[in-house]
Amino acid sequence: MSKVKTSVAEALQGLQDGASIMCGGFGLCGNAEALIAAVADQGAKNLTLISNNAGNLGKGLAVWLEKEIVGKIICTYVGTNEILHAKMASGEIDVTIVPQGTFVERMRAGGAGIPGFYTPTGVGTVVAEGKEVREFDGREYVLERALTADYALIRAHQADPFGNLRFYRTARNFSPIMATAAATTIVECDELVALGAIDPDDVHLPGAFVQRVVHVPEHEDVIEYRMNRPRPQA
Amino acid sequence: MFSKQQMAERAAQEISDGSVVNLGIGLPTLVADYLPAPSEDGSGVWLQSENGILGMGPFPYEGDEDPQIINAGKQTVTITTGGSCFDSATSFTMIRGGHVDLSILGAMQVSQSGDLANWAIPGGRVMGIGGAMDLAAGSKRILVMTSHVTKKGEPKLVAECDYPLTAKGVVDRVITDLGVFDVTPDGFRVVELAPDVTLDEVRAKTGATVHAD
Repeated sequence: MSKVKTSVAEALQGLQDGASIMCGGFGLCGNAEALIAAVADQGAKNLTLISNNAGNLGKGLAVWLEKEIVGKIICTYVGTNEILHAKMASGEIDVTIVPQGTFVERMRAGGAGIPGFYTPTGVGTVVAEGKEVREFDGREYVLERALTADYALIRAHQADPFGNLRFYRTARNFSPIMATAAATTIVECDELVALGAIDPDDVHLPGAFVQRVVHVPEHEDVIEYRMNRPRPQA
Repeated sequence: MFSKQQMAERAAQEISDGSVVNLGIGLPTLVADYLPAPSEDGSGVWLQSENGILGMGPFPYEGDEDPQIINAGKQTVTITTGGSCFDSATSFTMIRGGHVDLSILGAMQVSQSGDLANWAIPGGRVMGIGGAMDLAAGSKRILVMTSHVTKKGEPKLVAECDYPLTAKGVVDRVITDLGVFDVTPDGFRVVELAPDVTLDEVRAKTGATVHAD
């Protein structure tokens, strides 16, 4: 059976209430835009969202919050995400904020069959509260547990039919790690290329970590903070 | 007093050629203007952005913004010649594994034992942790750049932080508008004072003991 699905709806088949879902992207950069939009309409509720942010400017995953389909969020940064601030304050969504390096390492561990690890990040802070702290060679480390999920929804620049992936620039971020930590990884690719089109040395994520692929050629690609400088006059 | 630009210029003097440096959001980003860009022989300063760039360049020219090339503040940036992009696990291996030579971070409070508080205000709304705790715990050296006092005039250099901590005992040096201060086993020590700033003024505006030598 081919991993390539003909529609976003087909790619999301089987997604049910209560699912845990990792979503790649740093803010709105590198989001699986079509998959995220489709989940909002698909009907599954009480989702656990694992994502660095949870949308912003009312876009991307912010739509999930608006549609009240999320019960729990594990993220690293809230920032100016007003809808998330509101739902955190009201207690409507249970939000856990994790240091970003610990966030990705927990998923890396989850994907690599490692149940937990010790890190100095968070020692002496609220992050370490209620967790084992152990000394190694004179420095304190906190025990963090691995993180896995039912699904990962990620965006790649190129995918082949086996699910070998290449990413583009900083749209890569958490996506390849999430793919390793999820039972079902669903990829939305800018370009669907032939098997062999990606040189073996240039595959960023091997197809073993990918279960479904859907080709989505158009993306909105919202810029959260457009910064620039004047072009020098010729 | 140092202006913000003078603080940035002074901070740039802390960075040796060939270093890998992460500049935190806010005041520290100004330091980039005073750093030698990576050059053809691989020298210069290599800026790391925790969302996955080593060799981050300046903001793009107007019209050249790429929504898929951003920094950790989610601003459009560029990638220098010789720069690289990578996933977040690689990025935080760089940060947490001690491969970033220096991080320059903003602060809400710094204690005389080098504790850093820069992610949450008690009673204020929580913005999140992001990469702050990882940078603070993992970088080889931590330089803090901050105004010496808050907008209300309260000291930011204190005996003990009462804001939520980012990391304990990590800050090496602090650059403020009043001068440059080292964190030593005996507390803050003056490295240099900004023009027209006296030791008495520094002591009056610091919530901890300040040693002059």
